[in-house]
Amino acid sequence: MDLTTSYMGLKLKNPIVPSASPLSQKVDTVKQLEDAGASAIIVYSLFEEQINHESGELDHYLSYHAESYAEALNYFPEPEEFHLTPYQYLDHIANLKKAVNIPVIGSLNGVSTGGWIKYAQNIEQAGADALELNIYYIPADSQVNSNDIEKMYVDVVKEIKNKIKIPVAVKLSPFFTSMSNMAKKLDEAGADALVLFNRFYQPDFDLEKLEVIPNLVLSTNWEMRLPLRWIAILYGQIKANLALTSGVHSSEDVIKAVMAGADAVQIASELLLKGPKRVTELLKGVEDWMAEKEYESIEQMKGSMSQKAVAEPAAFERANYMKMLNSYKLHW
Amino acid sequence: MERKKITIDGNEAAAYVAYRLSEVIAIYPITPSSPMGELSDAWASNKQKNIWGTVPNVVEMQSEGGAAGAVHGSLQAGALTTTFTASQGLFLMIPNMYKIAGELTPAVFHVSARSIAASALSIFGDHSDVMATRQTGFGLICSNSVQEVMDTALISHAATLESRIPFVHFFDGFRTSHEVMKMEALTDDDIRAMIDDKYVKEFKDRALKPENPFIRGTAQNPDVYFQGRETVNKFYDACPDIVQKAMDNFAKITGRQYKLFDYYGAPDAKRVIILMGSGAEAAQETVDYLLNKEEKVGVLKVRLYRPWSAKHFLKALPKTVEKIAVLDRTKEPGSLGEPLYLDVVSTLSEAAMNNELPFEKMPKVVGGRYGLSSKEFTPAMVKAVFDNLKQEQPKNHFTVGIYDDVTFTSLDFDENFVIEGNDVKRCLFFGLGADGTVGANKNSIKIIGEETDNYAQGYFVYDSKKSGSTTISHLRFGPKPIHSTYLVQEAQFVGCHQFNLLEKFDVLEKISEGGTFLLNSPYSKDEIWDKLPKKVQEQIVNKKLNFYVIDGYGVAQKTGMGSRVNTIMQTCFFAISGVLPKDEAIEQIKKSIKKTYGAKGDEIVRKNFDAVDQTLENLFKVEYSKVTSNYELPPIVSDKAPDYVKTTLAKMIEGKGDYVKVSEMPVDGTFPSGTTQWEKRNIALEVPAWDPDVCIQCGKCAMVCPHASIRIKAYDKKYLQDAPPTFKYMEAKGKDFPEGYAYTIQVAVEDCTGCELCYEVCPAKNKKETRLKALNMVPQIPIREQERKNWDFFLSLPEMDRRLINTGVIKSQQLQQPLFEFSGACSGCGETPYVKLVSQLFGDRTVVANATGCSSIYGGNLPTTPWSKNKEGRGPAWSNSLFEDNAEFGLGMRLSIDKQTEFAIELIVKLKNEIGAELVDSILNADQKDEAGIYEQRERVEQLKKKLETINSNEAKKLLEVADYFVKKTVWIIGGDGWAYDIGYGGLDHVLASGKNVNILVLDTEVYSNTGGQMSKSTAIGAVAKFAAGGKPTPKKDLAMMAMSYGNVYVAKVAMGANDLQTLKAFLEAEAYDGPSLIIAYSHCIAHGINMAKGMNAQKLAVESGHWPLFRYNPENLKEGKNPLKLDSKAPKIKLEDYYYNETRYKMLTRSHPEEAKKLLKLAQEEVTKKWKFYEQMAEMDYSNNKDEKVN
Repeated sequence: MDLTTSYMGLKLKNPIVPSASPLSQKVDTVKQLEDAGASAIIVYSLFEEQINHESGELDHYLSYHAESYAEALNYFPEPEEFHLTPYQYLDHIANLKKAVNIPVIGSLNGVSTGGWIKYAQNIEQAGADALELNIYYIPADSQVNSNDIEKMYVDVVKEIKNKIKIPVAVKLSPFFTSMSNMAKKLDEAGADALVLFNRFYQPDFDLEKLEVIPNLVLSTNWEMRLPLRWIAILYGQIKANLALTSGVHSSEDVIKAVMAGADAVQIASELLLKGPKRVTELLKGVEDWMAEKEYESIEQMKGSMSQKAVAEPAAFERANYMKMLNSYKLHW
Repeated sequence: MERKKITIDGNEAAAYVAYRLSEVIAIYPITPSSPMGELSDAWASNKQKNIWGTVPNVVEMQSEGGAAGAVHGSLQAGALTTTFTASQGLFLMIPNMYKIAGELTPAVFHVSARSIAASALSIFGDHSDVMATRQTGFGLICSNSVQEVMDTALISHAATLESRIPFVHFFDGFRTSHEVMKMEALTDDDIRAMIDDKYVKEFKDRALKPENPFIRGTAQNPDVYFQGRETVNKFYDACPDIVQKAMDNFAKITGRQYKLFDYYGAPDAKRVIILMGSGAEAAQETVDYLLNKEEKVGVLKVRLYRPWSAKHFLKALPKTVEKIAVLDRTKEPGSLGEPLYLDVVSTLSEAAMNNELPFEKMPKVVGGRYGLSSKEFTPAMVKAVFDNLKQEQPKNHFTVGIYDDVTFTSLDFDENFVIEGNDVKRCLFFGLGADGTVGANKNSIKIIGEETDNYAQGYFVYDSKKSGSTTISHLRFGPKPIHSTYLVQEAQFVGCHQFNLLEKFDVLEKISEGGTFLLNSPYSKDEIWDKLPKKVQEQIVNKKLNFYVIDGYGVAQKTGMGSRVNTIMQTCFFAISGVLPKDEAIEQIKKSIKKTYGAKGDEIVRKNFDAVDQTLENLFKVEYSKVTSNYELPPIVSDKAPDYVKTTLAKMIEGKGDYVKVSEMPVDGTFPSGTTQWEKRNIALEVPAWDPDVCIQCGKCAMVCPHASIRIKAYDKKYLQDAPPTFKYMEAKGKDFPEGYAYTIQVAVEDCTGCELCYEVCPAKNKKETRLKALNMVPQIPIREQERKNWDFFLSLPEMDRRLINTGVIKSQQLQQPLFEFSGACSGCGETPYVKLVSQLFGDRTVVANATGCSSIYGGNLPTTPWSKNKEGRGPAWSNSLFEDNAEFGLGMRLSIDKQTEFAIELIVKLKNEIGAELVDSILNADQKDEAGIYEQRERVEQLKKKLETINSNEAKKLLEVADYFVKKTVWIIGGDGWAYDIGYGGLDHVLASGKNVNILVLDTEVYSNTGGQMSKSTAIGAVAKFAAGGKPTPKKDLAMMAMSYGNVYVAKVAMGANDLQTLKAFLEAEAYDGPSLIIAYSHCIAHGINMAKGMNAQKLAVESGHWPLFRYNPENLKEGKNPLKLDSKAPKIKLEDYYYNETRYKMLTRSHPEEAKKLLKLAQEEVTKKWKFYEQMAEMDYSNNKDEKVN
């Protein structure tokens, strides 16, 4: 049985790729993931904020109150060198490359076309096999219209594609007026793959303190439906490869993703909950299912349930919505 | 050989050589010497090697006494060892100095000479400390400039090895230690060439080694001790020639020739000044000037002061000298004259008596004092000394530089005698500590010094206030070496980096005609003229200045530089001063930005580059024609201030303290209380505004306010009749206030530092808009006038009767008047809220012993001081003795009070019949546990005093003197962790063991805050501090546990930000406990590298992580069979890293030593967990049996 898949030109031994998350913080864990069967690893994200602010923050606090008072011209010893997060990140990529044989994909999280972009080159130089670009932007400014926002995405991708040779995947949020059009634009801008979809941490309120608090919840299975739909729609419409992320928890989910058209299936929450060995179980589940249903290869089933391939393409569009509403039964 | 030109300060110059020639360096931080130790530590952390190829072992000790002991031991065991110190630190080394010298041990102590604490402490420079070591047997060798510091350091290290005489190598604190100067750096080859390894081997051969055992340090008897002391004479006799030989050898290597006594001036001079230290440079400069005027003058610079060589001295003076003035930078009250003067007089007299005088006749010699505590010593003063010598009978035992209108010692000098020439470019910069002005100027000096042929000098005057502190930078550049060891007297360029400093300083006083004035201003080039005060406009017009403006903060904002305008103003300076061609200057600035910030990441470099580029587009020349402004500057202090404040302190506030006459100073260091209230500093850009509609009257804002600028009063509404229209109030709520009272929270906006602690701590939120609280930050300027009136009105409202205040709850307790207000502490200080709480709760009956450190500086640094008094005239009586002795100092106060109380009791018992039994009994049996009890006792004592006045007996008179002692007195012993954990621990321990009723408050910042962040034994594992650059590897000392081990000591660990009520309870219990009490108070600090506005939150995290468990150990509980220990915080609920990595002191380790950080964090977490379990078990122990045993 052939589980291999091709993702951005990388030959993967199967479609299961642990997504950008704390799973990749330790070399040991990544080794365990590799041993369990993961076909590549996407390293946790280096954030634009880290690149831009850490250096400023460090300088601020180390020089705060310096040269103000005669008895204390400064308050900290100044080391000759600092291992700032971005540098530590690059070292980590290099270490991972030494430790594992599967492709190591760096991840850069940002939105502007600022100085942080050069870290794409740094990540390439550190040895990454590909780069996943996580464009994370909440369009809260009412003066900025959708064209501006879309252009911003496209510009970042173009600039990065110009600067590096390794393939670039773009991880997106679902919040575009025209997802298909956006996908097309990014495709044209040179994206080697689209990763659908990013999950935003949604803020919560603390009613005692009347404060907004950050809140992280792991994904649940139903969250997969949204990317599943869009992968199914986009499959075959664009050149770029597709990866599904969010809500993949079972072997069936992996199979569905591939059938929708995903070249790779990214998993984080499930592995965070159950550990690296879960990859082996998932793979076994996929293999068992394929054996039972007599599928020969992943390539064979890839896109088999995409919009183009299904009997009822409209199922992915509005009609489906009406049908679902009508089918909902009251429970009281 | 071409040697590198570098631009460094005196401390670095000394450490540069000392480090390369040492194997062990044992130090203790003390201003102004601390940087020498810190640099050594930094070099050692970077594995820099000495000339023998090994990294010196740098160790921070618990005191200078400890450092000297370690130095002595290290020397005895054969390692070349050095130390750095000053002032009181040098004093603590004296016992060991006798030992080291007595044993003829080669060593050099590098000392940045500093004033000593007599009637007052001073961190600034003079020779008082060094002069107190004359008798130890150490050689004393002096440097006068930064170049000389490096050179003489090497000469002394070389000479000590050959002569076996240890040396104190000294140079003037601040003037030389902190002056940045371009100089030629010695190479390692130079240093190697000066050190003869033969002497190193001989030194090592004399070391203690079991392979070659001997004993050294015997006890001797009357038969031989004396002879033993005389054995060393030949070494001292030989020493001067050895030093001169080293100087000659040095000259061969470097071309710079020094002599034991260096004469400079006319070969046929008639008048000569003799002195040592930086003042000699100013004297040389003045001599040059006078020589041009054909005056026959000269200066003799004393370099080797001990051993004193009469032979070399007599040779050095010109034969023609007729009159000599010897200047001492020290004061020996009661002596015939100061030491150098006496040495000169003795030398000449001995020579005269032996007919060996090399002069035609015995010169007339006078002595004088100058320059104490870095008092300016200018050419005008040098000239005054020469002019004095012109007199037939020159004034002897004079002073110069002050106006002595009491004993008339001072020489007059002409302030207008300024000899600064046009060949030197002089610049003055006025800035804030926070804006980076000094750093930028140090940078500019480096650029000019190292990238051009010019010589460069920088000297920086800092503020004694730690919040809103201002800085003045004095820069000189020129083609010739600079000898001007005094502040810039006339500047061709003045930069004012803060617009509001125009109101604070006479910024343009020293600018020369046609000079250039650069102003950082929020106003454009077209608006600025009309915004200037009248006086500034007049100065600009009259002096025909080239006037430039830049909106530095605008540029900083645009380029992400925040509040730091350093790079921007530096770029302006280079753009308009013409010191360097503009393009070259820009290139150099960028190069230096890369160098300064490179390690901290590309982004910070990029931001600075942006700032440089945008600056030039925003720099404008202002066109002006005539004076248009009517705006007069406000008076320095209010007209309502007491006379002493108006006449004397106001001069100091204005920066004109040099004009304070001797008669205006107290003879014994005693100053009036509560003077900060008159110094309206207006440093906050934003201040809290109170919203009564939201306020829940919890009192937390007033409690955390570090500067006592938020006050609460509850009062009868009748007083509101005269309230200003914008005065706010609300109904006082709850049973803690009398019915129908009004309640006001008032902010002293002119005293507030804008720290935001109150806003952060306020728990009440606006229901319509949750970002708003009961206190919200608003711009200060628009409400300044209105709130000034409101504040004055608020002050006029009566204080709540202390007897009616429930001190057990914060909302009520905070009505107590703070008697510690508007200190100079950092904005958002974590210490002062505790200090203020003491003043509120017990201030009217408290005597305070305050250890040297932050709290003694914000508590007692002139011009104005924060300890104040209430309307009855009572308040904390405060004193600072030293750093190391504070616990003992406080215990002494207790003993004294107890003795006088005992005497009062003895007398009153004797006088019982005359006074009346009822009054006597009620006084003796008074219950003074609460405010009411104390109030009644005060009434009785007043009655007693009246009665005593009618009794005509000696005993009655005596009793009258001590009658106040019947009223309870509380002793508070206050200091930081450097004192309590390190230097003062022995004394603290002794006082705890004494069982006496004292209250000890340790303001624990877990680091030496006042001297700039050196590690203490309170520093936690994994924290980065100076001397722990790689993270402190060992756990924090558990002082509380040590104190609890006595069993009869009240101990509390508190953190106001985590549990304010527990803090309050602890203070009340500590004071109530009739025995020693120790409160260890978590104090967040700028040395933690945190956002100070969130300081209270940092405290909370410290407690929640278990790093700082809260508890109270009250021995009183034992009486009831209860466990004395009560844990007041819960088991750790967050990970230690969630607390640690909120603070730069911990976080930076993850960036500087990531692997070590992980290791230490793990150890720290284990330590916290372990400690918590231990405390938990202690708190759960059953003490009920103990009670039974006692009862049985």
